[in-house]
Amino acid sequence: MAKQPEKKKDDVETTGHSWDGIEEYNNPLPKWWVWVFYATIIWGIGYTIAYPAWPGINQATSGLLNWSTRANVADEIETVAERNAPKNTALEEVELASFVEDTDSELYAYARSSGAAIYQTWCAQCHGSGAAGAKGYPNLQDDAWLWGGTIEDIHTTIRVGVRNPETDEDYARVSEMPAFGADGLLEEEQVEQVVNYVMSMSGEPKDASLVEAGEEVYLDNCAACHRDNGGGDPFVGAPNLADAIWLYGGDYETIRETVWNSRYGNMPQWQDRLSEAEIRAVATYVHQLGGGE
Amino acid sequence: MSQAEPEQLYAAREPIFPKKVYGNFRNLKWIIMIVTLGIYYLTPWIRWDRGPSLPDQAVLLDLANRRFYFFWIEIWPHEFYFIAGLLVMAGLGLFLFTSALGRVWCGYTCPQTVWTDLFILVERWIEGDRNARLRLHRQKKWDLRKARLRLTKWVTWLVIAMATGGAWVFYFADAPTLFVDLFTLNAHPIAYTTVAILTGTTFFFGGFAREQICIYACPWPRIQAAMMDEDTLTVGYREWRGEPRKHSEAVKAGEPQGDCIDCMACVNVCPMGIDIRDGQQLECITCALCIDACDDVMAKIGKPRGLIDYMAFTDEERERAGKPPKPIWKHVFRPRTLLYTGLWALVGVGLLVALFIRTDIDMTVAPVRNPTYVTMSDGSIRNTYEIKLRNKHGEERPFVLSVTGNPALSVEIEGADGQTLNVPADTALPVRAYVVAPNGSGPAVSDRTEFRFWVEDVNSGDRAFRDTVFNGKGN
Repeated sequence: MAKQPEKKKDDVETTGHSWDGIEEYNNPLPKWWVWVFYATIIWGIGYTIAYPAWPGINQATSGLLNWSTRANVADEIETVAERNAPKNTALEEVELASFVEDTDSELYAYARSSGAAIYQTWCAQCHGSGAAGAKGYPNLQDDAWLWGGTIEDIHTTIRVGVRNPETDEDYARVSEMPAFGADGLLEEEQVEQVVNYVMSMSGEPKDASLVEAGEEVYLDNCAACHRDNGGGDPFVGAPNLADAIWLYGGDYETIRETVWNSRYGNMPQWQDRLSEAEIRAVATYVHQLGGGE
Repeated sequence: MSQAEPEQLYAAREPIFPKKVYGNFRNLKWIIMIVTLGIYYLTPWIRWDRGPSLPDQAVLLDLANRRFYFFWIEIWPHEFYFIAGLLVMAGLGLFLFTSALGRVWCGYTCPQTVWTDLFILVERWIEGDRNARLRLHRQKKWDLRKARLRLTKWVTWLVIAMATGGAWVFYFADAPTLFVDLFTLNAHPIAYTTVAILTGTTFFFGGFAREQICIYACPWPRIQAAMMDEDTLTVGYREWRGEPRKHSEAVKAGEPQGDCIDCMACVNVCPMGIDIRDGQQLECITCALCIDACDDVMAKIGKPRGLIDYMAFTDEERERAGKPPKPIWKHVFRPRTLLYTGLWALVGVGLLVALFIRTDIDMTVAPVRNPTYVTMSDGSIRNTYEIKLRNKHGEERPFVLSVTGNPALSVEIEGADGQTLNVPADTALPVRAYVVAPNGSGPAVSDRTEFRFWVEDVNSGDRAFRDTVFNGKGN
């Protein structure tokens, strides 16, 4: 190794300026550094010509290479769509009931994961990102289904929506509960009786003395849809009143409000927004959340 | 304004032509070179039977499948602490050796030293020893002989460099397969790129950069200096015995000459191009070749060996006072080195214990918190858990999942018949498990209930557990 020479004051050129006797060494930048600096300037100019750079009135220059992040994203989406097209075609043709039985198949894994993405985009706003639902919006993880919990039922529900005025299909999910109190179908006393009876089916009534009278009111007015045993009827979307799950709440005040004013929950139909394959995918996802039948 | 030409701070490298040397340290270095190069080149070719579904390469860094195989040990990514522990041990080991023996790593086992030594060996075979190489270097004219020698040397270096870069990639893929693929141009471009880069660096570092890597590029010399103390054994010159050397002003003035005959043997053999008689210096990698060279000369002139020798700083005072130096073991066994050894062994034992108590099955449990619980139609409360079941065996095994901690809780694996599930060989299988508390039971109505997941390998009876929490309606 060579010994480093000591730097002596007079050996180094100064800038020639002197302030109060203090001089400044003139140590120019290394040549290679300067040339790299010039090269970056030339590179920079070339870059602004090749790529979008200079701002204009309406838009920036588009550059010789016509590079655009927006076009790139569109390309990528198209590429993915093309790649998934065979899977989507296959998904549209499968027989759903047996399809969800074979959870190890590659197509099932595709349907479930793409369904999860579709769910988070379109469904999570009401049903929640964890599918736990909210008041008036059913929990999709439990085993209670207003319109049926088989894969076909779920598929149809997503396709046509619930109480959707735009749907005119025969098997549309349309039904309506009368507003027994507000429309004067039942006396206030009768409403109180039937609410106590409904509570007694799954738990403790508020006033046990009204239960017997309530049963009579129930059988006359409610059993047609909710069935004699309160088990509900998925063909008309009538909820099971004897289980532990309440869409709007199971306390006295809430049930009374439901009987008095009725409920009219809505869900959009998705057949005009999502493709058949997408509907099937999201139905598969919902079906495997933990409550599918 | 001064007109003087500014002095250049840059100094061109002075080429070094280490002379051939014989002796104990040189022999030791040959042995270490053969052993280390042997380990490097041959390890990927050792086979190790692990069963039909696992690779049979003894040492394999399987990046694609995220596994590290080392003979009977298989490391998964979640066991990366083993690598961290080995690095800690390597660090402590380096502390230990440096505080006891100075830069012994640099002088004997550092790849830069070993490959440079190999490249110098090739250079000596082809171009001759120091004087012949010096002549060839000074010969400005490129005649046929110089061209032939240079070309032979560079091609040999390049072959060694390619073998070095080529051996590296065998650690990351099945060596026999990759070997054939490399030559039939079927290997992955990354393999070729890696070979090319390592070939280039080996060729350049070993052939041309050599000692400059140690002096300018490597941080170790700086760090190691901080770990040496007055008891550290390092290569030194017994100045009090050697000086005044022959040819010195003092000798010319009539003073009695010391043992140093100023033959420059120690300088000529030095691969770092320094004069050890100037004292310990940053460039010295303590390769001890100067000791061999000087001992040889001392034997020839009938003086005792050890004018240049391994010694510690504390020995100087004793020897100047005419006392014998401390015995080697007193330099080596000191509180400091014993502490390093103790720490090193502690980490090592810890790793061994961790290695032997780890099970061949394992699981992780992640409770699903969105939602924390689901009320079922019969009023029972259900929690969902994302579970990963790990089977490290080379064959499929049936696993049983169960829960303990609260008798009200029961578990069911989604998509499985009850609680039993077959986990494929060498796989972490993600499953979803439902834990249910009946309507009105303790866990259903309370806020949090702690319980334990158990997984059992039906075949071997191995068990593993994870503690987690059940969320009830109370929260």
